[in-house]
Amino acid sequence: MEKLHSVLAGAAALSLAGSAAVAEPAIIYDVGGKFDKSFNESAWSGAEAWKEEAGGSYREIELQSEAQREQAIRRLAEAGNNPIVMPGFSFGTSLSTVAPEFPDTKFVIIDMVVDQPNVRSVLFKEHEGSYVVGVIAAMASESGTLGFVGGMDIPLIRKFACGYVQGVMATNPNARVIQNMTGTTGAAWNDPVKGAELTRAQIAEGADVVYHAAGGTGIGVLQAAADAGILGIGVDANQNYLQPGSVLTSMVKRVDSAVHAAFSDGPEMETGIVEISFAEGGIAYALDEHNAPLISDEIKAGADSAIEMILAGEIMVHNYFATDSCPDS
Amino acid sequence: MTALPKWADVALIPAINLVLAFFVSGLIVMWIGENPLDAMTVMIKGSIGSAYGWGYTLYYATNFIFTGLAVAIAFHARLFNIGGEGQAAIGGIGAALVCLHFGWPHWTLAFPAAIVGAAAFGAAWAAIPAYLQASRGSHIVITTIMFNFIASALLVYLLVNVMKAPGQMAPESRGFPAEAHLPTAHEMLAWIGVSFPRSPPVNVSLLIAFAASALVWVLIWRTRLGYAIRAMGWSEPAAIYAGIRPFRIIMITMMISGGLAGLMAINTVMGEAERLLLDPVQGAGFVGIAVALMGRSHPVGVVLAAILFGMLYQGGVELEFEMPAVSREMVLVIQALVILFTGALENMVRAPLERIALMFR
Amino acid sequence: MNANGSDLRRNTAAPAIELRNISKSFGAVIANRDISLSVAPGTIHGIVGENGAGKSTLMSILYGFYRADAGEIFINGAPTKIPDSKAAIAAGIGMVHQHFKLVHNFTVLENVVLGAEDGLTLRPTLARARKLLTDLADEYELNVDPNAVVEDLSVGHQQRVEILKALFRRADILILDEPTGVLTPPEADHLFRILASLRDEGKTIILITHKLREIMAATDTVSVMRRGEMTATLKTSETSPEQLAELMVGRKVLLRVDKKPAAPGPAVLEVDGLQVDGERGETALKNISFTVRAGEVLGVAGVAGNGQSELLRALGGISPAKGTVRVNGKAIDLAGADSGADARRRSGIAHVPEDRQSLGLVMEFKAWENMAFGYHDDPAFSRTKWLLDIEAMRSLTGVALNKYDVRPVDPNLVARNFSGGNQQKIVLAREIDRNPDLLIVGQPTRGVDIGAIEFIHQRVLELRDAGKAVLLVSVELDEILSLSDRIAVMFAGEIIGTRDASETDEKELGLLMAGIAGEARP
Repeated sequence: MEKLHSVLAGAAALSLAGSAAVAEPAIIYDVGGKFDKSFNESAWSGAEAWKEEAGGSYREIELQSEAQREQAIRRLAEAGNNPIVMPGFSFGTSLSTVAPEFPDTKFVIIDMVVDQPNVRSVLFKEHEGSYVVGVIAAMASESGTLGFVGGMDIPLIRKFACGYVQGVMATNPNARVIQNMTGTTGAAWNDPVKGAELTRAQIAEGADVVYHAAGGTGIGVLQAAADAGILGIGVDANQNYLQPGSVLTSMVKRVDSAVHAAFSDGPEMETGIVEISFAEGGIAYALDEHNAPLISDEIKAGADSAIEMILAGEIMVHNYFATDSCPDS
Repeated sequence: MTALPKWADVALIPAINLVLAFFVSGLIVMWIGENPLDAMTVMIKGSIGSAYGWGYTLYYATNFIFTGLAVAIAFHARLFNIGGEGQAAIGGIGAALVCLHFGWPHWTLAFPAAIVGAAAFGAAWAAIPAYLQASRGSHIVITTIMFNFIASALLVYLLVNVMKAPGQMAPESRGFPAEAHLPTAHEMLAWIGVSFPRSPPVNVSLLIAFAASALVWVLIWRTRLGYAIRAMGWSEPAAIYAGIRPFRIIMITMMISGGLAGLMAINTVMGEAERLLLDPVQGAGFVGIAVALMGRSHPVGVVLAAILFGMLYQGGVELEFEMPAVSREMVLVIQALVILFTGALENMVRAPLERIALMFR
Repeated sequence: MNANGSDLRRNTAAPAIELRNISKSFGAVIANRDISLSVAPGTIHGIVGENGAGKSTLMSILYGFYRADAGEIFINGAPTKIPDSKAAIAAGIGMVHQHFKLVHNFTVLENVVLGAEDGLTLRPTLARARKLLTDLADEYELNVDPNAVVEDLSVGHQQRVEILKALFRRADILILDEPTGVLTPPEADHLFRILASLRDEGKTIILITHKLREIMAATDTVSVMRRGEMTATLKTSETSPEQLAELMVGRKVLLRVDKKPAAPGPAVLEVDGLQVDGERGETALKNISFTVRAGEVLGVAGVAGNGQSELLRALGGISPAKGTVRVNGKAIDLAGADSGADARRRSGIAHVPEDRQSLGLVMEFKAWENMAFGYHDDPAFSRTKWLLDIEAMRSLTGVALNKYDVRPVDPNLVARNFSGGNQQKIVLAREIDRNPDLLIVGQPTRGVDIGAIEFIHQRVLELRDAGKAVLLVSVELDEILSLSDRIAVMFAGEIIGTRDASETDEKELGLLMAGIAGEARP
């Protein structure tokens, strides 16, 4: 290990000429891109907020291809960046390889558990947040038919869908949820046209509230919902402003605050698994001036009581990851 | 009638194209306020200026050699196989199945088996569009690209529903056992006492890529089958006149092509990730088309072009890292310019060169 | 035919076309060297010459496809620059190409106006074209249905459309490049009548051909080209085919081949009820039966497109067929798993295809690669089960190139870089050197210069004299007559008659080719 480090340090020194900052935090955005109006962008706004508050600077890399994951993590670690934040489960494998090589560097991964002493794994209880927006959706729906548009058919998105369906069914046992996935490649996270198409198809089948968990693709989902005069539900960031009056609410997953917290904690941060839900304020349903007219008191009461019951343990929302299956779908 | 001597055709034109590509890229880099010479230095130093850079460059090059050869051999039969992406993904499934489902005592046994598995799966995937072309006349460009989508859908389905390790969040297979890990350049060079950085993923697959290039050369220019493939590529009516069966040639060529594309997965799946990921191909299937074009479908040209593209990939990462003003999209633009100039705009340089050559006759 | 009605005009006006000292070279090859030519208005001027003599280059310069390196062009006495075909059309020059440049799914009318449309809508142009077509139909026997779709027309009619296209563009000078290659003798006669009446209207016509008979029949004056130079310009009435041939080749040429009487042996090829379906489901070959015996040449005559190509393809194993074919008494698989060309070669058939450039050779292959083409499975060319023995292939090729007088003797030269005649010799060398029991050969001398024709004819006859069977398909009646022992004439996919070569003549065969069957003879 020692010998290895000296080699790496040499390589790092070579490429570091000129960059003077020590222990600058860093962030790596996934292939989907920084400005996806969703997950990655939320992470970016957290980093930017920290920069403004703390007056510091940070490094960032946008991945071009899958093959560069390990390379990017390593490059940042070699350059002395600390901590290094990577939002997205796709980093899991690469990080578990690289993290042991840099025991003095802290890593933060979001949406994934990497069991290493120098890694903080941030997990959001999306299933609970999705449950609550499911409750809201079911109460707002008149047709009893609801839609869900996912990006790729991967376990994480099934987790969203599963929580949503549970919330809908708990509120209206006769409801029907139409589920579609956008695609089978990484492009599925950034295909608003296809998202709009799927949404229109769901509307044609009677859906009047459509929830998306599809990154950049969701822009098309919300657009199509607004165009057809029905309601969309945003995800990750507060997307109510995208189509004011037509976005019922957003299942806010505060990736930004996770990034902000990581940057603020700095190299001395605590590692381990951090689970975030309503209690921590990292999961919420968005309520602002754009959707206030849509959320009646009754709906608000329904949603808030669901949150309370979840917090009190009276409702156990099934987590897809626990069994790799979903009871209601 | 070509007026140019052979050396100009194989060396001078690509070189001029490259210079032009870098010149235009330089203008763009200048436009965003960075020094183009610095940018080029970063790219070149980052890709071939150190053992570390070489390690990554050659890792990418390994992928591109396989997919470039796949496209090149199909070109010789005038088949435009743009399904390398899908064939490599399916090849990845083949390699993963071999690694996961047999208890291998040592990598030297797992490796040939995985090679067979990856090549066989890739070949089988290419055989379907080949059959549709040979017997039904369905155009191979359309079918192979469609099969790319089917392949990625199949891969996602298998990873999410069948091959995913239980309790695992990410859609990927479980890791391969240590006996099925391939030695990297770091390990292999250590056997002969040479030290090489540990992190670059370049591995023993590179040697297979070189061997495959040599075999493809022998196949195309020294065997009876290669003779038939080339005859078929130049003129199908003439091939039929000579008793060569197009059906047979289309099937065999496409299966060799698919097999080569499938072999690419050895490098990424077995050599690097050591498990099957959602995207085992990393876009190399499409880059292979540019590599084959630039390499004039000749194995030596393919190897050289693959290394150049490896440099572009690795240099691009370095550029993004060293020059934060150069965004990911910018790097993509530079890579695209090189492909544009070396592949598509070849005649732009060729025609004036031929005129100059004629003047000196 | 050789009307003299234009004699008066001929001497008074400036030449319709005058070329002065035109030169053109491609790299090291000089295609036209210091050529001067003067064509009087209202005449038909023939240009003859071997392949590669520079006729096409000269006409391409006149029509703006190439630019001359040196020299001047005068049209009706005025110096004229012709940088492209647009300028040629503007100067009143029209060209009828050997391979028609028509849009097959357009009507005659649409083809005529294509590229000459004026105004925003087609309607006025079409109306003008329709009027012209009806006028010309009466005047020159140029009748074509304006509404017919071109692909439904016979080749003779398609050629008329090409002429009409040129006339619609107000051409006063008409260049025709090998116009009779695809016509029946009656159709060719009709064409020459049209040209004569155009000439009498004051149009000037340049006729490029290699058929000396047509020069004699249709032209007023004739120029001979050889190796890029204009060797003579003569009044047609004052020359003879023999003189023209000598001027073309540069030495005395035997226009007829001397051959020994045939000594036919047993039947080698027996064809019985052969039938081939065409591309559109029509029957391209109808119930063909014939026999070729050892030691004889059976010539198949006919106008192009009457089933000869299908016959060659069926026998050569290129396209499937129905019926029975026996070679040396053994039946051949015509449509099954073993119906490929490789199986035909194994059964003793060698095939020199009609089109050497698209079938007989791979133009991008080197000579040594082409010399094994079709025989690449031969153990003589193999080193192991998989590997080719390239050294053996190269040295065998060197020998064959010498033996068949192919120039240059360079096994590494790409087929494309050999001249047409030498390409054909490569194919012949490959096929005849196999010493086949049966040689089927299509258009052996198409596009081949006269010197090479003699050589090729001798090789074919040698094979016959060695006791082998030869099936010769050609649209050149002269060739059929001089080589064949028996002649079968094909018309509309059938053999309309078979004659002994010694008992028939051009006239009788011409009638058969036009589909007019005489009394049946055995």
